[in-house]
Amino acid sequence: MLQALEGSQAVARAVALCRPQVVSAYPITPQTHIVENIAKLVADGQFKCEFVSVESEFSAASVALGAAMAGVRAYTASASQGILLMAEVLYNIAGMRVPLVMTCANRAVSAPLSIWNDQQDSMAVRDAGWIQLYCADNQEAVDTTMQAYLIAERTELPVMVCMDGFTLTHTLEVIDIPDQAQVDEFLPPYQFARTLDPRNPISIGTLISPDYYSEARHSHHQALLNAQAEIIAVDNAWAALTGRSSGGLLTIEGPAEATVAILVLGSVLGTLQASLDEYPPAIPVKLIKLRAFRPFPAAALRAACAGLTDIIVLERALSPGSGGIVGLEVLAALSSVSAPPRLYNFAVGLGGRDIPLDIVSRLLAALETPEDRTFRIIDVDITRLPVEDR
Amino acid sequence: MTTDTLIKITDLRQKQPRFRGLEAGHRACLGCGEALAARLVTEAAGPDVMIANATGCLEIFTTPWPESAWRVPWMHSLFENAGAIAAGMESALKAQGKSTKVLAFGGDGGTFDIGFQALSGMLERGHNVLYVCFDNEAYMNTGIQRSSSTPHAAMTTTSPPGKERMGKRHLKKDIVSIVAAHHIPYAATSSVAYPSDIRKKIRRAMAIDGPTFLQIHCPCPLGWGHEGDESIEIARLAVQTGLFPLVELERGGLAGVMPIRHPKPVQDYLRRQQRFRHLFVDDLRAQQELAHIQAIADHNIEIYDLAGTGRNAQDSEGMSLVRRGGDRWA
Repeated sequence: MLQALEGSQAVARAVALCRPQVVSAYPITPQTHIVENIAKLVADGQFKCEFVSVESEFSAASVALGAAMAGVRAYTASASQGILLMAEVLYNIAGMRVPLVMTCANRAVSAPLSIWNDQQDSMAVRDAGWIQLYCADNQEAVDTTMQAYLIAERTELPVMVCMDGFTLTHTLEVIDIPDQAQVDEFLPPYQFARTLDPRNPISIGTLISPDYYSEARHSHHQALLNAQAEIIAVDNAWAALTGRSSGGLLTIEGPAEATVAILVLGSVLGTLQASLDEYPPAIPVKLIKLRAFRPFPAAALRAACAGLTDIIVLERALSPGSGGIVGLEVLAALSSVSAPPRLYNFAVGLGGRDIPLDIVSRLLAALETPEDRTFRIIDVDITRLPVEDR
Repeated sequence: MTTDTLIKITDLRQKQPRFRGLEAGHRACLGCGEALAARLVTEAAGPDVMIANATGCLEIFTTPWPESAWRVPWMHSLFENAGAIAAGMESALKAQGKSTKVLAFGGDGGTFDIGFQALSGMLERGHNVLYVCFDNEAYMNTGIQRSSSTPHAAMTTTSPPGKERMGKRHLKKDIVSIVAAHHIPYAATSSVAYPSDIRKKIRRAMAIDGPTFLQIHCPCPLGWGHEGDESIEIARLAVQTGLFPLVELERGGLAGVMPIRHPKPVQDYLRRQQRFRHLFVDDLRAQQELAHIQAIADHNIEIYDLAGTGRNAQDSEGMSLVRRGGDRWA
């Protein structure tokens, strides 16, 4: 049913439709509205679950993990500092191959303290071993939440659904919330194979010697790579049920003859679409929306880049001292292609900085100096910086 | 020994728990107090449990992959989240309408220090979890570093005695009082030297629907510096000197203590452990520290009335040794 809902409210409804039996939560801006809405659904008797208001994000992730191990579907959500406080548990959950779903309401990481949006938080835990799916709008955030459970349960890998803080979480949009029967059909009851059960006692999380550790890591890595097929299959199943795809691993839009593409993650896609409408560029431009960042869809990306002369990677995080995070991975993926496109890499919209509407023409201007493809943060006023930092 | 006595012993043995949650064959050191205490706890708790174990010796020596000494569902996640993992398990079991009791196991580091917040949260939210702290008074798994449970003046690798120091400078944290201040239904201390006391307190906690806590004093021969076959004697001396009082608190109020009747001087306990050897040299500071430790014991004896004035004479520390299976300290 179509409804005008705030992103957080819509995600809360989506979570309830997935019937997790334990939800753990600790408040942090801009995730707060999600858990507040879940708490309200529980209080109103519209959602039956054990809602555990924990004393930290560290415990939020731990409670979700304990719950999953004791045999239920579980959920938690966080952002920014909360994601970093959870980091140790996130690695632990993934290493134990526990199917969990969480939402990351993407926000900058302190210091300097910023409650506004970028994607430094989820990028900081990209190596934790979770599947990471980035949502371009709130409909995708809703649909991806349902899909995330099915992907997690089929692959025994945890899934982090990343949605830009404020830009999505606090924005009202018309959203189609599926009905319970649809979701129940899509997401059947699930029993985790390694549930703790007194009738069949097992030990989980044991000490592992160097004789076995490499094999455990290999199997985890391989499972993530294999999950690409499942991410596509689940999105296709969802599309068959609802008529809506969330974009599998990645999507390409724009004129087929375009030899220039801009690659983005998350809601910045909408900004670029608006920019293209407002300031139509002189040359045709494709947009590549990377939905799955983990697993990194290298093969799909190579196919998407066929025929390109230039690709601009636009991201909302960076690795200080190195440069772009996504840009480097795209570069590595394209390195095996003969005559790969030139890659330009920029960070934009950090700590909630508005992205200028003429962004596309600014990006395309960079193509005029192909000899200078160093990573840059767009829109930095260096006159405000001490000379040595310019 | 008469035939009658033999029959009685057999009879008593029949009453001992048959179930073993922690099997033999694990890799604990000789004389490990924690291993024995964990076996006693799981025996008394029975098979219908689920354990969340913090990182530490207990986790390491029981589960070197692909082996495990546990006969109950057991999980280790991290060092500082046993309380939260247990809370999650309990919430999930509750949601499924299951009655399996959740136990959380942690050492003193995982309980007093790094896991303190998760423990407090679990207690405050009223989860039906029995948290057992195996207290061997230092980070033994990493090689004997001081924790907030390490007693005053004890030597560890991070509180070594020297020209400027006499071992740990700070006091042992009074964890059971802090836990009891959450006004949970039941918080208690016990010692591996008193197996019947452990059994009694575990059974008591198991019967309560709500958060409960048991701190068990467990010697670590390697960390404390004594022979493995002395563990029980030394643990008993900690109780008999008043340095480790066995108490029970209900909803934050003192509900019972095990009287020791004739407290022994603390030196009887300290002298037998290498971690206190710097207190037994000709040094004024050593004498001062010994007096200080005796004052701590005297304070415990006073506030908990460990001398047991006005109580049933049967109801004392020594009685538990002869009256195993009896009512009071069985």
